[in-house]
Amino acid sequence: MNTIEFTLVVWVASFLAGLLGALTGLGGAAILVPVLTLWFHVHIHYAAGAALVSVIATSSGAAAAYVKEGYTNIRIGMFLEIATTIGAVIGAYLATKTPVEGIAIILAVVLLYSGYVSGRSQPEHPIGVRPDPLAGVLRMHGTYPTPEGQRSYLVSSVSKGFGLMFGAGTLSGLLGIGSGAVKVLALDQAMKLPFKVSTTTSNFMIGVTAAASAGVYLRRGYIDPSLAMPVMLGVVAGSFLGAKLLARAKTQWLRRVFAVVIITMALELIFNALTGRL
Amino acid sequence: MSFNWTDEKTEQVIGNLLRAGVLISAFVVLAGGIYYLVQHGAGHKDYHEFHGQPQYLCTVSGVVASALKHDSRGIIQVGLLLLVLTPIARVFFSAISFGLEKDFTYVVVSLVVLAVLIYGLLGS
Repeated sequence: MNTIEFTLVVWVASFLAGLLGALTGLGGAAILVPVLTLWFHVHIHYAAGAALVSVIATSSGAAAAYVKEGYTNIRIGMFLEIATTIGAVIGAYLATKTPVEGIAIILAVVLLYSGYVSGRSQPEHPIGVRPDPLAGVLRMHGTYPTPEGQRSYLVSSVSKGFGLMFGAGTLSGLLGIGSGAVKVLALDQAMKLPFKVSTTTSNFMIGVTAAASAGVYLRRGYIDPSLAMPVMLGVVAGSFLGAKLLARAKTQWLRRVFAVVIITMALELIFNALTGRL
Repeated sequence: MSFNWTDEKTEQVIGNLLRAGVLISAFVVLAGGIYYLVQHGAGHKDYHEFHGQPQYLCTVSGVVASALKHDSRGIIQVGLLLLVLTPIARVFFSAISFGLEKDFTYVVVSLVVLAVLIYGLLGS
């Protein structure tokens, strides 16, 4: 394959990753790193660099719409970004010290977890939330739009959420992914946010988190412009189309298909890491 | 000056800022990418071994300088840097809008995040 053919094929694969990522709400980057390393034989550092910049693009593009609709809790997002950005800078430095096999196996575990999370169904609005006094001081309790009008919610376990977000940020910097599954875990399991608020606020934070590791990736030469170009443009176009189709698509079976794809790739990553084929 | 800055106004401005940042950077990456393929499209490039990047593509100043010299890879990299700057600009704007709302706790929160981002981008 010459460079034009390679660029086009990578663009198409990235377009599909972005499309599926937007339709299933899992984001395309988590699957991009294994696609690039397993199918296109790209070194995992270059794959992470290209995925990381794509994460910024999809997160920012989607956040633009969600923020205007009033789902995103900007205060919670801002506060937890302290944890995710510090984690992301540390994670990016760890990436330069960790052997590629180690990175591949950690990525596989995160993929398995994401596949598991995407298969579960979520209640729209949590009940019996015990509000954290700290959340009151930090003005985190909020409202979000529902078909019946604005609905208010309370926020729980701020410090536990903060700790989990530090971990999500570290994974994001180490692997070049958005780690949305871990962020959603912190927001809806620990802090008890309503489903739409937690997914949109998680997405809101992903771009800033990735931007924190991007500088480290750039200086270490992980961001190859000629590879990142088709990846970023493909993911942006795919996720844009996915967002348009979302209202009409049957996402339930798509999520299952995506979960199977993710789990298969995770197992392939582990196999290749253990047999020295990366 | 008597105006009331609200969370809703912040949400509108942040939404527009993010969308504009992504569109502008995608346009620059596309322009640089077409230029790159015209110059090097018939060649071969292998990403299997990790060699890093030439030094000029690894710093903000080097990237800008190479783009000004019409280096196609430098132009793509400028587009990617604009993308990285988009959420950083968003945090900067958050600090200002929390200031307009006189919510000084969150001005400090935003500035801490901004400091981490600038450290990440420029390094020690």
